[in-house]
Amino acid sequence: MDAIQKELLEQVAGLHEMPAGAYNIRANGEAVARSTTAHIDIVTKTDKSGIDIVIKPGTKKESVHIPVVLSQSGLTEMVYNDFYIGDDCDVTIVAGCGIHNSGDQMSKHDGIHTFYIGKNSHVKYVEKHYGSGEGTGERIMNPETVVELQENSFMELETVQIRGVDSTRRSTRATLADGAKIIVTEKLMTHGKQYAETSFDVDLNGEGSSANVISRAVARDDSRQLFLAKINGNNRCVGHSECDAIIMDNAKISAVPEITANHLDAELIHEAAIGKIAGEQIVKLMTLGLTEAQAEAQIVNGFLK
Amino acid sequence: MLQLENLSFQVADESDSRKEIIKNLNLTIDNHRFIVITGPNGGGKSTLAKLIMGIEKPTGGRILFNGQDITELSITERAKCGISFAFQQPVRFKGIKVKDLITLAAGDALSTAGACEYLSKVGLCARDYINRDVDASLSGGELKRIEIATVLARNTALSVFDEPEAGIDLWSFNNLIKVFEDLHDIDSDRSLIIISHQERILNIADEIVVIADGQVKAQGRRENILPELLQDTGSCRFYQEVQ
Repeated sequence: MDAIQKELLEQVAGLHEMPAGAYNIRANGEAVARSTTAHIDIVTKTDKSGIDIVIKPGTKKESVHIPVVLSQSGLTEMVYNDFYIGDDCDVTIVAGCGIHNSGDQMSKHDGIHTFYIGKNSHVKYVEKHYGSGEGTGERIMNPETVVELQENSFMELETVQIRGVDSTRRSTRATLADGAKIIVTEKLMTHGKQYAETSFDVDLNGEGSSANVISRAVARDDSRQLFLAKINGNNRCVGHSECDAIIMDNAKISAVPEITANHLDAELIHEAAIGKIAGEQIVKLMTLGLTEAQAEAQIVNGFLK
Repeated sequence: MLQLENLSFQVADESDSRKEIIKNLNLTIDNHRFIVITGPNGGGKSTLAKLIMGIEKPTGGRILFNGQDITELSITERAKCGISFAFQQPVRFKGIKVKDLITLAAGDALSTAGACEYLSKVGLCARDYINRDVDASLSGGELKRIEIATVLARNTALSVFDEPEAGIDLWSFNNLIKVFEDLHDIDSDRSLIIISHQERILNIADEIVVIADGQVKAQGRRENILPELLQDTGSCRFYQEVQ
């Protein structure tokens, strides 16, 4: 890998070198490095582009890194990654995509990640998106995440997109069985003329299942954002979605929370708030000696931390 | 230390005519003074505090700080000159921790122990608060004490407190008095300006300034002004209202 690819890798997966545990690193459409462990296997798909990640039942305290980097302008790809996680596992999966586009052609990475999470398993899934490069070609990412949570399993899903992605449509769909739980934390900042759309669609099918979808977003310059969160309570369950957004400059933000109770004991809540940075917050930080720009940066960084 | 010369502040009211909040006000505050500014509600006290910090800009007159004309300086520049300010109603922040705020106030890298010391001074158990967000999970009283801790951390020549007692319970009140006394005792140049209605705060002042109707109605040593205020119950009941 070259220096640009290494920089992308650090941004999206926090990696300076090859990680411990299982990994598959994809650069410009090719697998450049792969490692498996006694409990985690990674197999290249034969019918389409992508990999199967198979985690044996009972695997604990192990991690899988599957970052993707694109540095060739004009490259577009569609990848299918399927995760088969056995019962009673406790694993961390770090994905993420970085695009460096120094040319004038569009670079695009679309991916569908499907998770089959076994009974009583805990999965922490972290996905970061990042774009760089001085070219005029667009950097586009459209990630789709599909999750099937079996009885009493638990998924923590963290997504971060802070800079450099011109257009993104993120779709996350989850179905939960009895006692299953999902917590989604999204952090998003758009700038320039970027567009970002995120949609969450959660079916709480199981008795005692729960979902918490929390989004913190900042839209600046002329960027636009659309946040959609749909939670269906189909059993005795608890669902909560929260979109908290800061709007700046000429940006536009829409938040469309939707909750549907199809069962008497479904408890569902949605919250959505959009507003500019409060002037009094900036004034307070200025009385501590920060300039207006420093105060604004401090507030935005804290909000997205 | 601080001179306010012919200071005026006007705002447009509903009928678009000018309303004078501060009228040609003159006030000099020397080094190492503990000044309490008091007076009836709506008399211009908080506006005056904001004019000193630069949160409001005067429509006339000058403000001199240590001989320098700071009338046109921004809030940030005044903060860097050595003025700090505790808000009457402190703001909340999502995602900024108590330690972050105190570290920003201190202006350089501050150890956790250093930040804890400021919290202990305002009667907060540091361990319970240091990593909490300065957000809606804090009560009004907790927030108020954290606000005062940020002013202590700034360690400036002039500290302005706008009604620091509002929202503070009785136990904390004794603590608060001690904070002000300690602050006043530290060195010979530091001055404090406290906007307050509270007799117990008036009681520890060197000097009392009474502001009403946008003007200085009385200024002098506590022992001269306070008895007069306490006697004049007809027109000056304000100082006992919060008892």
